[in-house]
Amino acid sequence: MSVDTATVRHIARLARIAVSDGEVEALLPELNNILGWVEQLQEVDVAGVEPMTAVIPNRQRLRADEVSDGAIREQVLANAPVAEHGFFAVPKVIE
Amino acid sequence: MSAITDLGVKAIRDGFRNGDFSAREVADAFNAAVAAARGLNAFVVETPELALAAAERADEARASGNLKPLSGVPLGIKDLFATKGVQTTASSRILEGFTPTYDSTVSGNLLAAGAGMLGKLNMDEFAMGSSNETSGFGPVISPWRRSDGGNAPLTPGGSSGGSAAAVAARIAPGVTGTDTGGSIRQPAAFVGITGIKPTYGRCSRYGMVAFASSLDQAGPMARDVRDCAIMLEAMAGFDPKDSTSLDLPVPQWEANLSADIRGKRIGIPREYRIEGVPEEIDRVWEQGIAWMRDAGAEIVEVSLPHTRYALPTYYIIAPAEASSNLARYDGVRYGRRKMPGQGGLTEMYEATRAAGFGAEVKRRIMIGTYVLSAGFYDAYFNQAQKVRALIARDFERVWEECDLLLTPTAPSAAFALGEKSNDPIAMYLNDVFAVPASLAGLPAMSVPAGLDKQGLPLGLQIIGRALDEQGVLDAGLAFEQRAGFTARAEAWW
Repeated sequence: MSVDTATVRHIARLARIAVSDGEVEALLPELNNILGWVEQLQEVDVAGVEPMTAVIPNRQRLRADEVSDGAIREQVLANAPVAEHGFFAVPKVIE
Repeated sequence: MSAITDLGVKAIRDGFRNGDFSAREVADAFNAAVAAARGLNAFVVETPELALAAAERADEARASGNLKPLSGVPLGIKDLFATKGVQTTASSRILEGFTPTYDSTVSGNLLAAGAGMLGKLNMDEFAMGSSNETSGFGPVISPWRRSDGGNAPLTPGGSSGGSAAAVAARIAPGVTGTDTGGSIRQPAAFVGITGIKPTYGRCSRYGMVAFASSLDQAGPMARDVRDCAIMLEAMAGFDPKDSTSLDLPVPQWEANLSADIRGKRIGIPREYRIEGVPEEIDRVWEQGIAWMRDAGAEIVEVSLPHTRYALPTYYIIAPAEASSNLARYDGVRYGRRKMPGQGGLTEMYEATRAAGFGAEVKRRIMIGTYVLSAGFYDAYFNQAQKVRALIARDFERVWEECDLLLTPTAPSAAFALGEKSNDPIAMYLNDVFAVPASLAGLPAMSVPAGLDKQGLPLGLQIIGRALDEQGVLDAGLAFEQRAGFTARAEAWW
């Protein structure tokens, strides 16, 4: 499988990364090289194999359903590029 | 007495306890060495005041008889670990200025054990790279140079390149590294030091900037095996804040360290003999096998049939997880924001991420986005997860025939900066021997084995069963005693 420039633009859009025309041209062969190289996995016989999701057997733990955190608004907002009135601030999204 | 900066973790800990020197003297010596080595670009932030403050607490603790396991020992911390009040960027411009209000569990454990912090170590951006050249703060220069008289700047490896360079240059006695697909082991091999990636889940990932969560694992890098055992004991441990943390007691790796490996079966996987690897790699491997035999181990040839698929498997799974993990860098909650001239929220996201991420990070996010996208998920991601299961099964089966594996760490010695940076796949091949153990979550360590014809270090890798860090460390110690590796980089910086 290989990608074309329209697909590169689509992926960039999904990934929320702005790309210039020049970057699309540069990314096209790079992504196709990598995708062509990983293509070899298709030759592996995986019949009956379950996809691996956890490398070391471990159980999912549940913690007690009680508040263990909070009241740290200043800390949460401390690194925000823009914070106003105790909130993260972003460009207007509703007209 | 030799210079304090020539001492490793154990020698500093013990010398300080014995009253040979004060913690203040140690901190002063390393702070001065760090400041004098800026030509290496190993640190992105220096914190001499924190090293001094910890030293003062250590000196008081010694006076009052309240010593902690690492009292008096200053360490370097990879910039992937959140450090309270100290900028943490994962060496990415998108996180420039980010100052955590909390400590990662691993770095916090080290500080709680009495260690001081010399600063934050440079690395490949978000740990994506094998040469430290993807750092948003410039590449680290290896303290090593080829013996050909040329002064070509070499890579210290990556992604833990600043960590590796700092230990090799004797500007930190020990450091933290992280390893997703070889990022502790390959740089350790490139600069002639020791580094271990423990079993996945031994070290908490809380507060460690996430790259590929099913693979990321912290570990120590230091001058020798014992120093690594000491540090790993302080770093590891169950952490309820990481859902993949293993709820197991931390073994006494240092106290139990033993070079007696008589009767251990050490497997030599035939699939790790690959074409195009310099003859010198095979030579040190043969030498290492002879050392293990000399130590009383039984050498057995074994097979890990899916080895050749490990790297492409990794380069689907790791970017897929990265594309998800790095979605959080949106210019809203932390780091930099870039507002385009016009547009709304989406345009802000796109401009912020275009400006903040470097080329390799963008490449991996886009590969990851593609292999997870509708219509391609089964062909790429699911297939890779199945092959990963087969790679793990290879190891399960090989443990019926042997206790440990001995392989090269990397397919070459350190290369020059710029030599591979234009060819992503050539760069990825650096980790061909390191990635299989990562995919299977196994403990693996690189130990220095010797020098190549150009006078550069070469390392060998010891891989063990899940949770058998002790077996890996013990074999490493037996190896180290026979290798007698004492070469060090001549100071030019």
